[in-house]
Amino acid sequence: MRIAWLVLKKDLTVEVRSLEIAYTTLFFAISCVLFFAFALVKEGKAPEDGAAGILWIAIAFAGTLALGRTFERERQSETLRALLMAPADRPAIYVGKLLGIIALLIAAEIVLVPLVAFLFQAPLLSHPFWLAAVLISGTIGFAAVGTLFSAMLVRARSRDVLLPVLLYPITVPVIIAGVRATAELLQPDVELALVRFWVMLLLALDVVFVTLALWTFEPLMTD
Amino acid sequence: MSIDFQELTAEDVSRHFGRRKALSRISFQTRTGSILGLLGPNGAGKSTMIAVLATLMRPSGGAIHYGTYTSPAAGSALRSRIGILGHDLFLYPELTARENLAFFAGLYGARDANGAADAALARAGLADRAHDPISSFSRGMRQRVALERSLIHGPRLVLLDEPFTGLDDASTAALVARLRGLRDEGAIVVLATHDLDLAEGLLDEALFLRDGRMVDAVARPGALRSTYRSIMGRSS
Repeated sequence: MRIAWLVLKKDLTVEVRSLEIAYTTLFFAISCVLFFAFALVKEGKAPEDGAAGILWIAIAFAGTLALGRTFERERQSETLRALLMAPADRPAIYVGKLLGIIALLIAAEIVLVPLVAFLFQAPLLSHPFWLAAVLISGTIGFAAVGTLFSAMLVRARSRDVLLPVLLYPITVPVIIAGVRATAELLQPDVELALVRFWVMLLLALDVVFVTLALWTFEPLMTD
Repeated sequence: MSIDFQELTAEDVSRHFGRRKALSRISFQTRTGSILGLLGPNGAGKSTMIAVLATLMRPSGGAIHYGTYTSPAAGSALRSRIGILGHDLFLYPELTARENLAFFAGLYGARDANGAADAALARAGLADRAHDPISSFSRGMRQRVALERSLIHGPRLVLLDEPFTGLDDASTAALVARLRGLRDEGAIVVLATHDLDLAEGLLDEALFLRDGRMVDAVARPGALRSTYRSIMGRSS
């Protein structure tokens, strides 16, 4: 965990200095939500249940952008090689990178949730605990796969095209569970048992994705 | 687990990228207190050899022996005894020199990472620039920080890939002196370069590579440029 913490601390320091990923991710996510609001909100009336899908689309698209940039940064000065040379278990480097992406996406979600709630008149904050559980568990699953793929693709020429092509099909279950759970939270009579089911499914997917990523990171990153 | 070794042996090492042979059956042996030069034109396989020795790349055939250890069997314990300075400097431009060195010292398990970074900066003669971001440094200064980064954990095997690129005379002289110091301290230094004038008088052994093949190996090479011409002329 010490190595993961060092990598996370380094990534956050670099990001605080440059604000490059934070700005681009937020700008892209907010633009995405605004475009949907302009297109779908008619005479002050938003489409029913639309907010859940739009929130997750913004998270997924902005997340893809952030994932690509995180490893691009390690490629520019070949610092990824230096990280891989460290006498640490290589999965610890993956964990550090993953925690950085999760932190960044959660920061973006803190801005996105009130924005979507306001523009689509959605009661997103009526069950804050459950919303946080859905968003955090969904973000972990999405970022777990995305961090592995963006590390794998760091030397591929068409990495910007390949990342979403590989990432979205694998993370479809996470996005579906996230959208369904969020949509349920927007109902007038929220069925918490159903929300709990989706959160449990998301947590199960998190365990599977993180375990697989930890298992495959070392062989994938050698060579 | 802490490990150490006195010899480095490459045994019929090959590395293929698809059908292209970047290295073909390279064998050599070197030991502590020596500087081995990998010499050859661009595309000779020098950087690939450095990457294989650094455990960043697996050989397609053959093996590297670090004393009695091999990679990947010795894994992270072996990596803790290897330092590498590549074409790129492996430094974060947004971080200060001290933050960069402290980060890598931490990765290598230094108890006092900031203390190790300060000592490294003093060795590089850059203590007064400790809190400046790397992006504000000249190429020579970055190279000095990068060299200290690669040595911050006291490696037994030091791998340098074209370390003289972009350095002025003063920085080159300082780097040569540092490499001689490492040899005297008992490190195994492997240096890949195509700059024969700078390698002149520095190498204890020279390995001449061409198109991924070892053309010749010379101990205590003198008059490198004429030796290089005669060996490469013979092989073409």
